[in-house]
Amino acid sequence: MRKALGFLSSFRSTSGSDFLLKGITTLILASGSILILIPFLYMVSTSLKDPAQIRSDSTSLLPRKPETVDVNGTLEPLYRVTIDGQVREYALIKNIPGGLGQFVDPARPDVIHELRIRDQKQLYRWDVHWENYPEAINAMPFWRYLGNTLIVTFVGMAGMLFSCSLVAYGFSRFRARWLNLLFLLLLSTIMLPSQVRLLPMYILFQRLGWVDTLLPLIVPQFFANAYDVFLLRQFFMTIPLELDDAAKIDGANPLQILLYIILPQARPALVSVGIFHFLYAWNDFYEPLIFLHTSENWTLAVGLQTFDAIYTINTHLIMAVSVLMIVPPILLFFFSQRIFTQGVVFTGIKG
Amino acid sequence: MSFPSLQKMSLARREALAGYAFVVPWIIGFLIFTIGPMLASLYFSFTKYNIVDPPQWIGLANYEKAFSGIWDAIRTGDPRQFKDPLFWKSLQVTIYYASIALPLNLALSFFLAVLLNQKMRGINIWRTIYFLPSIIAGVAVTILWVRILNPRVGVLNPFLKDVLGVQNPPGWLSDPEWAVPALVLMGLWSVGGSMIIYLAGLQGVPTDLYDAAKVDGANAWQRFWNVTFPMMTPVLFYNLVLGMIATFQYFTQVYVATSNSLGGLGSPQHSTLFYNVYLYQNAFRYFDMGYASTLAWILFIIVLILTALIFRSSDAWVYYEGQLKGRG
Repeated sequence: MRKALGFLSSFRSTSGSDFLLKGITTLILASGSILILIPFLYMVSTSLKDPAQIRSDSTSLLPRKPETVDVNGTLEPLYRVTIDGQVREYALIKNIPGGLGQFVDPARPDVIHELRIRDQKQLYRWDVHWENYPEAINAMPFWRYLGNTLIVTFVGMAGMLFSCSLVAYGFSRFRARWLNLLFLLLLSTIMLPSQVRLLPMYILFQRLGWVDTLLPLIVPQFFANAYDVFLLRQFFMTIPLELDDAAKIDGANPLQILLYIILPQARPALVSVGIFHFLYAWNDFYEPLIFLHTSENWTLAVGLQTFDAIYTINTHLIMAVSVLMIVPPILLFFFSQRIFTQGVVFTGIKG
Repeated sequence: MSFPSLQKMSLARREALAGYAFVVPWIIGFLIFTIGPMLASLYFSFTKYNIVDPPQWIGLANYEKAFSGIWDAIRTGDPRQFKDPLFWKSLQVTIYYASIALPLNLALSFFLAVLLNQKMRGINIWRTIYFLPSIIAGVAVTILWVRILNPRVGVLNPFLKDVLGVQNPPGWLSDPEWAVPALVLMGLWSVGGSMIIYLAGLQGVPTDLYDAAKVDGANAWQRFWNVTFPMMTPVLFYNLVLGMIATFQYFTQVYVATSNSLGGLGSPQHSTLFYNVYLYQNAFRYFDMGYASTLAWILFIIVLILTALIFRSSDAWVYYEGQLKGRG
């Protein structure tokens, strides 16, 4: 294993054991990814289950129900049984103490076989309840929460992109005595725990009458933040100054240079911080919990948490909403994966 | 756009002025949403303040509440000697979680990053799978894990019992002994977030270092131990300290997992009373903004100390890399 690890770290391993090594790596990665994916599978399958299955057959990873057959007018569960070395499909018509059961051939219900139930294989069939989704959506103000979440996410994103572009431009293209110091100050706020300013902000927003509106989650985005300014500035620095100079000779002012030279060049970086912001705002729970009090103003994160509290026993509905909540980030991630991982590599901080 | 007054200024002054103008949004935000609230919370930390009535100056009483009794508690070993035992409990829970979660998290994410840094077919699919949980971190994922870990109806314990033969699988979030390990398990599932940072770090290790090591006759293990690992120590340490800071702000998972339970937030028996959870309770359940501000400032000072450690360590790193390059 030690040796294996060493080989893994060299990028262009050409030794003979290369093949074996890649095999071991694939094996480890595959078993790990099963552990990663099973919870997702459980979430999706539970969201499609019948509540009865969740109670009786909770460990199954598939939405299913027992296969039944009509025996003398009643539906009985069907089993695959082995009698005298032959495999047949029989119905279980009666449980007997001691783990035994009476099995019959549905075609000849008068001949009863007593068999140990545990040794027989119960048959199931698919039982997918798509209607759990509309039911879950109707059980809570889903569209309202979704609307609030989208407003917070996208208006906030617009504010963030607008303000951070301006500020990053200021920090990347101009020389002034205090700018470097201000930039250090900006960077130092990355480490600042939000708790140290959150309580007075709550009091401030309360005085302004903004508590229990979406404003506390949106307005601060219009005043730039350290992460995104840092990422955009780093990217702006890589854009050649000659482009600015050429535009200046043509009589462009600084704002025009930003709009027509810098921003078009920086599109990957802008998309990248936009995605980061989406994920942050979509998943954020702490601030919406603190600032939003009445149900109609909640975002999906807070709404889902409360739904979980009220509908505790309706696991299938809670999982349906949970699936709906994780679908947008996953879709976004798949469609922008290249830009996304570049962005992470670029900052190495946020992600 | 030409203003007569601007025309008269020197080019350098005009440039400086434009620079300041562009960073104005951040300066305003910094004053209103950062430095102003920070000073206000520092002031509140010396007051008794319930939002409704005006703040009342009480000097160091809040800090005294947090710290007094410490000597008696240490001397007698009895946590009841603390004036505010829950403050110490929350520190203990936070550090306990960090001491299990961070080493596991660091080791696992580093290991995965080394595996995923290979050049092989389909590597991007593996990277995607491992990164996936970290982009959906939050309420939905915690709700999912609460179900999975549920000792009565969850899927984990039947698996442990029937497949792995564990006789008495733990009660996880309902057992004070196992609540923090359960949260650690949840955190490990989302290890992809720090893994991707290592991956970025690994891809930044200059290949000429490996070439030089090969010329010197280093085998694969020696190359890993003498090149890869030292080059990655700053990233390791960075992730460690950032993980520590994040633990002091740990909140959502505990809130979602415990606020609906019988024992309430931080249950069972305060075993998940993380620092930030206790701060939230004081601020928004008891509306004791004064004491909550004190807790926030104590948190700030802890984070400052940890940040100072980052800076000190980065000195050591720069020196070390220089050494390596000198040898090559």
